[in-house]
Amino acid sequence: MISRRDFVIAAMAAGMLASGARGAFAQAARAGKMTQDDILRFDPVGTLTILHTTDLHAQLEPIYFREPSVNIGVGEARGLPPHLVDEAFLAYYKIAAGGPDAYALTSLDFDTLAGTYGRMGGADRIATLIKAIRAARGEGNVLLLDGGDGLQGSWSSLQTKGEDMVRVFGALGLDAMVGHWEFTYGTARVQEIVEKAPFAFLAQNVRSMEWQEPVFEARKMFERGGSKIAVIGQAFPRTPISNPRWMIPDWEFGLREEDLQKQVDEARAAGAEVVVLLSHNGFDVDRKLAGRVKGIDVILTGHTHDALPAPVMVGSTLLIATGSHGKFISRLDLDVRDGKVAGFRYGLLPVFSDAIAPDPEMAALVKELRAPYAADLGRVVGQAGSLLYRRGNFNGTFDDMICQAMLTERDAEIALSPGFRWGGTLRSGDPITFEAIANATAITYPACYRNMMTGQQLKDVLEDVADNIFNADPYFQGGGDMVRVGGVGYAIDIGQPMGKRISDLTYLKTGQPLDASKTYAVAGWASVNQGVEGPPIWELVERYVAATRTVDIAPTASVKVSGA
Amino acid sequence: MQLRSWTPSRRETMGLGLTALLAAALAPRLVLATEEAVAAELKKLYGDKPMADGKIKLDLPEIAENGLVVPLNIDVESPMTDGDYVKAVHVFADGNPLPQVVTYRFTPQSGKAAASVRMRLAQTQNVVAVAEMSNGALYTAKAQVKVTIGGCGG
Repeated sequence: MISRRDFVIAAMAAGMLASGARGAFAQAARAGKMTQDDILRFDPVGTLTILHTTDLHAQLEPIYFREPSVNIGVGEARGLPPHLVDEAFLAYYKIAAGGPDAYALTSLDFDTLAGTYGRMGGADRIATLIKAIRAARGEGNVLLLDGGDGLQGSWSSLQTKGEDMVRVFGALGLDAMVGHWEFTYGTARVQEIVEKAPFAFLAQNVRSMEWQEPVFEARKMFERGGSKIAVIGQAFPRTPISNPRWMIPDWEFGLREEDLQKQVDEARAAGAEVVVLLSHNGFDVDRKLAGRVKGIDVILTGHTHDALPAPVMVGSTLLIATGSHGKFISRLDLDVRDGKVAGFRYGLLPVFSDAIAPDPEMAALVKELRAPYAADLGRVVGQAGSLLYRRGNFNGTFDDMICQAMLTERDAEIALSPGFRWGGTLRSGDPITFEAIANATAITYPACYRNMMTGQQLKDVLEDVADNIFNADPYFQGGGDMVRVGGVGYAIDIGQPMGKRISDLTYLKTGQPLDASKTYAVAGWASVNQGVEGPPIWELVERYVAATRTVDIAPTASVKVSGA
Repeated sequence: MQLRSWTPSRRETMGLGLTALLAAALAPRLVLATEEAVAAELKKLYGDKPMADGKIKLDLPEIAENGLVVPLNIDVESPMTDGDYVKAVHVFADGNPLPQVVTYRFTPQSGKAAASVRMRLAQTQNVVAVAEMSNGALYTAKAQVKVTIGGCGG
């Protein structure tokens, strides 16, 4: 396996991280002088290359995506990547402020830098990079893996139940994927995708409820670069808790550590020289798991959307974090000798859409896939008066907009919006299109309910969700970021146990404390209950934005965080 | 073949799930057992006899997917011979209205001391198992199961 002295940090893209030449990189990108060759420059190692995409959230076109400014690590993950943001992140990875890496990897000065460096991602740009790497390395030496949440997150993916992305992945020559949001298309559709897709859908940790039989292929052996590589799939273990269980009533998930160990051992016994876990556990869960399950060479992490320019090592296991929304692809070259991994080189390749020539075939496919929805996608509803973003542990301005829409359109006193990590960012001055709204709301259970809740019940909900994020043991964490609130403010002490984190709940309209026994009208969406009634959230947001015209929202000051 | 005898502590009412955000928040509060109640039950069974850790493998989810039917697999290490076997295994849940979950009784003919059951858990709590060996020795194991009222996607 891998020893520490073989640990080579390849700089992002052109490998100029240490040379201080990143400013020039930026200028070159804007001046159109830089090509994909600069991003692709890579000193190869061995004969095997693994490429990883994850959490694309069905983004066919380049978008803006602001990384979190708040991403708190608890327990053993405290102060460690991926829980470093902004200045701390730049210092840890020795990245210059104001350059393209800082733009791609942090939230610092995002609105301005986005203007300089442009949108990131896009299936046609990703295709260009992958084709070029295949051409340079040889077709039979490259393995392409996706970490899940690829088939959901856009209007066209919702309308086609993920078929648009199945076709994109097929065209990219994907070898295997795992799942999370994919399961929200329901049992029948997932089974159909598994049957028809030209790539493997792997998940070792899903069982039939009644007989405890494996539902999916657990692992697959590939031969690339003269080596045998076993890829084991790990679906998001908390899917039936975080998302509607009624959509997949016969399937049971969970971490299933012991079964995973068996898969690793069986793979080795079957001659695997490299064992890869293609995981949607989330980074902290994978870090803990890497110390407990023996014999995994590489964990390709997902779910928590972290983009790290260097691998994290746990013992001899490499953890790779490729970000989200197509902003990055990971390239991992492995030097396999005497039946084991002897060395590696890694690069997190930023997909700067202005610097990469679109692949014509993929561009044509994307155009074809979007054409039926062109009128909806392009409909301009209003304008962003400020930066509208979602990602972060607490409220983001995009979610504040959604909460405002619910308060207004459903005549509610309090609004609750789920802490999803996906959804693009709009710069101030950008048009708010229906596509932008859908990019943050396109789910199969979009009904916006209106309910009565007491102040105590609201506190209980906040406590419960907070423990899903801030439980010190990652195995007891689940789901996304903190539920977003509208109409109320609160204080949260991260370091407290469940039931004691939330205090000072304030009804913002009056500035008075929320009354534990009083009943309030609460609007929310994305309930995991069956039969929830209400209009789809995107309709409410569209109506609200159309009426507001210019949406200007400053980051909230009504959530006060301590104990981090 | 595996011989099992079991005593379900409570009838399962398979109604609507309470796992979702609002439903659970609106659920009535039950009078729930405590760690002391489990200790009292054990005292009734075995007095103040000491219990050692080990021998018992409790396989439980860290987070229940559905608090109404939480799967439990239990496996006690034993040769299961006439001279050395597991006589009984008791399972308790210290945060349920009634702490007793199930009791299994084994004989050497059971072949192995292993069983699976699904139980209802009212809230986040500890599941405690106690195994009584044929020589009278007692072993115990404990695991926490989190019963959540709702995550948020991801």
